[in-house]
Parts: sequence; C-alpha cells; structure tokens
Amino acid sequence: MTAIPTNAAPPDLSPSAGISRPPTAADVVIDRGTRWLAKAFAAGTILLLLFIVYKIGAAATPALQHHGPRLVLSSNWDPNRGEYGLLAQILGTVYSSFIALVVATVLGVSIAIFLSQSFIPRRLEIVLKNIVELLAAVPSVVYGLWGIFVLVPLLERPANWLGDHLSWIPLFGGHLTSRGVLPASLVLAIMVLPTVSAISYDALTSVHPRLKEAAFGLGATRWETILKVVLPTASAGIFGSVVLAFGRALGETMALLMLMGSENNQFSISLFSKGNTLAALIASKYQEAQGNPTQTEVLLFAGMVLLAITLVVNVIGAGIIQFTSRNQKGARQ
Amino acid sequence: MTSLTTPPHVPAPADSSTGNLPAGAFSRNYRSRRTLVDVGLTVLAAGLTLLACVPLFSVLFMLLWHGGERLVHGGLEALTSTRPPPGQTAGGGFGNAIVGTLLIVTIASLIAIPFGILGAIFLAEYGPRTKLASAVRFAAKVMTGLPSILAGVFAYAAVVLLTGDFSAVAGGVALAVLMIPIVMLTAEGAIKMVPQKMREAAIGMGATQAQVTWKVVVPTALTGILTGVMLAVARAAGETAPLLFAAAYSDTEFAIDKYRPHVHLWDWTASLSVFIYENSPAKSNVPNQQSLAWAAALVLVLMVLAFNIGGQLLSRKSRPKR
Repeated sequence: MTAIPTNAAPPDLSPSAGISRPPTAADVVIDRGTRWLAKAFAAGTILLLLFIVYKIGAAATPALQHHGPRLVLSSNWDPNRGEYGLLAQILGTVYSSFIALVVATVLGVSIAIFLSQSFIPRRLEIVLKNIVELLAAVPSVVYGLWGIFVLVPLLERPANWLGDHLSWIPLFGGHLTSRGVLPASLVLAIMVLPTVSAISYDALTSVHPRLKEAAFGLGATRWETILKVVLPTASAGIFGSVVLAFGRALGETMALLMLMGSENNQFSISLFSKGNTLAALIASKYQEAQGNPTQTEVLLFAGMVLLAITLVVNVIGAGIIQFTSRNQKGARQ
Repeated sequence: MTSLTTPPHVPAPADSSTGNLPAGAFSRNYRSRRTLVDVGLTVLAAGLTLLACVPLFSVLFMLLWHGGERLVHGGLEALTSTRPPPGQTAGGGFGNAIVGTLLIVTIASLIAIPFGILGAIFLAEYGPRTKLASAVRFAAKVMTGLPSILAGVFAYAAVVLLTGDFSAVAGGVALAVLMIPIVMLTAEGAIKMVPQKMREAAIGMGATQAQVTWKVVVPTALTGILTGVMLAVARAAGETAPLLFAAAYSDTEFAIDKYRPHVHLWDWTASLSVFIYENSPAKSNVPNQQSLAWAAALVLVLMVLAFNIGGQLLSRKSRPKR
C-alpha cells in the first residue's frame, strides 16, 4: 500500500479527463422529452374525460331535439310509431340500485365492524377481508350466469309464497317467474358489497383508539361503544362509501341485463316483477338499433342520462370521503 | 337503556364499612340484558360476515362443477374450436374467444400502460403540487367511477362510427378508458413511496431529472407499478358491456393454427365475456352452448383471479417493511 501524498493535486474534473461531463445533446432531448410527455399525458386524462362527456353528449343531442322532454317523462317504447320514453328505465335504474344498496349497507357495515373492532385474530381478519374483496373480482357476466342457475331457483318458492299470502304489501305483488327485480338487486348488492365494506373499514379503523378507551373506561360494553361512539364518529366516511357504491350500482349492466327480464317497459314497485334499467336497455337494444338512426340516437341519449346521474353521484361520494379524511387527519394532530 | 354510569353487572359494595367487594363482582352476568344484547349482536355480525362469503364460494363451486366437468369430459376441443351451431348437441368450443380476449386486452394495455405511467410520473415527480396535478387526480378519480357500459358507448361514438364497423381496436380503446385511471393512481402512489434520498443521491451525481426518473425512481417503484397494471388487466379482462358495442361478437376462427398467423384487428372480435353472455340462458336455450358458457366462465375467472391475486402478492412485496 502506498502512502497518500500530502500535497497531491486535486483530481482533474474537466470534461476531457472523462470523470465528469456535461449532459450530451441526447440527454437534454430525453430530459425535455420526458418532462413534456409526462405533462401531456397527465393533461390528456382531463382531455379524455372531457372528450368522453363531449362525444356522448354530442351524439345524444339530436334525440333531445327530435323528441323533447317526452323522452324522460313518458314510458312508451314503440319503435314502429317512433315513440321513445325512458321514464320506466330511469325509475328502474334508481329503484334496483336502491334495493341493492339497502342490502349492501346492512351487510357491508356489519362486515366492516366485525373485521375492524378486534373481534377475531388478526390473521383471520386478513383472510376474511381478502375473501370479501374477491367478490368484486368476479366478472359481472359470471354473476349473471350464477344468478340464473342458482339464485332464481332458490328465490322462486319463497317469493311466490309471499306473493300468495302477503300480496297486499305492494313490494310483494305478483309472482317471480324466472327473471325479476329481486334476484337482480341481490346480485347487484353482492357486487357493490366490497366497496361499502372496504371504505367503511377504513373509516372505522381511523377512529382514534382513545375515544374507544374512554367509552370502555366508563363501563360501556363492546357494542355500546361501537354503536354510540365508533359508528357516529365514522358515520360520514360510511355514508361516503354508500354513495360511491350507489354510483357503481347505477352503471352496472350485465347482471341486470341477464336477471331483470328487460322486455318489460312498465315500472312496478313489486320486487317480483320484471324491470329494466338504462344500462340494460342500451345493451339489449343496440343490435336492434343498427340501421335505425332514430333509435341509435335515443340509446345514446340514454347513455348521456346515465352519465349525468353517475357523475353527480360519484362527485358527491368522492367529495364526502375527501372531506372526512381531511377532518380525521385534523383530529389526530 | 340502562345509563352508562351505573353498569348493572358491577353491584355496589356489599359491606360499605370495609369496602370489600363480594366474590364475582366484576365477572360477567350472563342474565343481564346488556350482556345478552352484546353477545347477540356479536353473533349477528359474525353471521352476516359469513353470509357474505357464501356467494363467492357458491360461484366458485358452480364454476368448478359445471365448467370443470365440461373441460374434463370435453377435453381440449373446448379450448381450441369455435362455437357449435344450435343443432349440435356436443362438441365445439371457444378458442376464438380466448384469443380475442387476449388480443383486446393487449391492445388496451398498449394504450393504457404508457398513458398511465407517464401521467403518474407527472403527478408524482414533475408537478405534484400544481393545479394541473390536482385537476388530473380529480379527473382520474371520476373516471374510476365511470360505468363500464359508457366506456363502450364512448368507443362506439369515437371509433366504431368513425371506422364504420365494430373491431378489436375499438374494444381495446373501450377497455383502455377503464384501465388508465387504475394504472395512473396506483403508479402515482408507488412512485411517491420511493425515498427522497435516492433521488438526491442521483441528482448529486449529476444525473438529469429524466435520468433520475428512468434509472432510479421507476425501477425502484416497479413492483408497485406492476401491481396497478395487473389489477387493471384483471378488471378489463372481465368486462362485457363495453365490448358489446365496440368489438361485438364473431364465430369466425382466428387463423392461429395456420402456418401464417393472421390477426384481424379491424374485424368483429369474440371475447370470453361476450361468449358467456351469448351462450347463457339469457340468449340461448341449447344445453350444449350453456355448458360451454360455464366452461368459458371458469377459464375467464381463473384468468382474472390469477391477475388479481398476482397483483395483491406483488403489492405485499412492494410495501416497505416496518
């Protein structure tokens, strides 16, 4: 080993020595290019969203000009006479999603409570959480197939018993014959359940443990703490999850198309009657509408109505969750 | 309801002069209403949680039973040949639908992955706190809630009406619209988790910002970015509604087994999900076709679950260890 000379010259850092060099022309081009491309694609997301809204909106306006407000106020659907009304489909969309949401909220919030409030060991909790999340991974067309083969035969007998004995309740009027609102809404509930339970779980776990400890210290039982302290604190986040799930349910197509029996054009409040939704209407009539520009316009208009409803619901839901998560962070500091 | 301040299962001290509590003063009284309500609600919540798991297992059981039976007894024919005509009582398959799904998802990935990753690089590296970035994040979040059928309506209005016919490319565009926000938001999260020190070290060695991004940040965040890509592919592969309007459906065989492979980018293209719909009892009452629908559903679910579980395993790997 040689000793380090004490009066050595500083290392030569000039470009000619090869240790360092300024960026080459290629480096500069790549640098500028990356910056420009990244910005362009980011801005492209906004443009894409605007382009989607514009394309659907522009394709739908002729129908509004031809048919006027009758499109959303009547429920006649008669292509031969050129009469189109979407009221039954709009009501059917909101109604089936609402029923699905009632079921999904009860199940989803129970799951979120059961998994978040240390009822079970941590490892089991993770397993159950993954199973519930996998419910969302099954494609909706597979749920439709499952509904036809499993759910409808299972529901037919109890539904018809209710229809025979309790038909004075408007919900239970008529008989369930192979397709109907009830199996469609139940499948829809299964599909949006992971949305409710996952976001509610986040809301419940972000409640500060001190609040719970204080309630326990006052002698409250576990469920008194959950119902009177934890749930009210997390209620805004849970509400946000329900609104987001509503947005997802409104736009769901295949399961409803396969299970609701979309020929019927009358809206009925009975769970056992057939029904129709905007998305199922578009999917079932688009082939028939080939070569019939008026009907194509009406279907594109139905798409625009669906877009408007889901955009409003989604923006509200995302807003609630953003607002509450900001509040939670404030409370922690 | 009993007031919280006087719990019934904590009786007052029996002997107030000594302050001694009777035996079992703090044990649970199983006849008190509060305890019963508590236990009852716990049982109810556990029951509802288990109830929610039933559909998943029922779906998997039916898939393995009906679909598995068809694949085991029918053999490879189901995976290679095309849809049987209604009169045919046995045989046939969905080989063209498997190729079609792979083709459409590949086109969608070629559009969505570069789009999503470059957008995420802007969101996380170049301008995380700009007004543009928050607007982009908002737009991406709104797009995750876009009903999938509207992605199909968009592809119909933007591509099908323009080119004059349904095509695999239109299907790819429809699925790309659904994939872009997922890829972008997950990639942004992954890039943001790269420690600041690594960037500073690279800058200190004289790297340009693009070199820092491409040679340090993106390779470090790669597992996280791949997670988003796999989840997006899993979502896209299972979608049916957008493909109805964009790629439609076809029974023609892809010439994959010929000597010169030929890809029909601009023709009507079959996909597994549309195949299931077209052969389900909603559209067909031929038992042979319905059993093929189950087999196709099994193949599709296996594909989707493989990507989904793969993505989740990757995300567990990419999470920083505490």
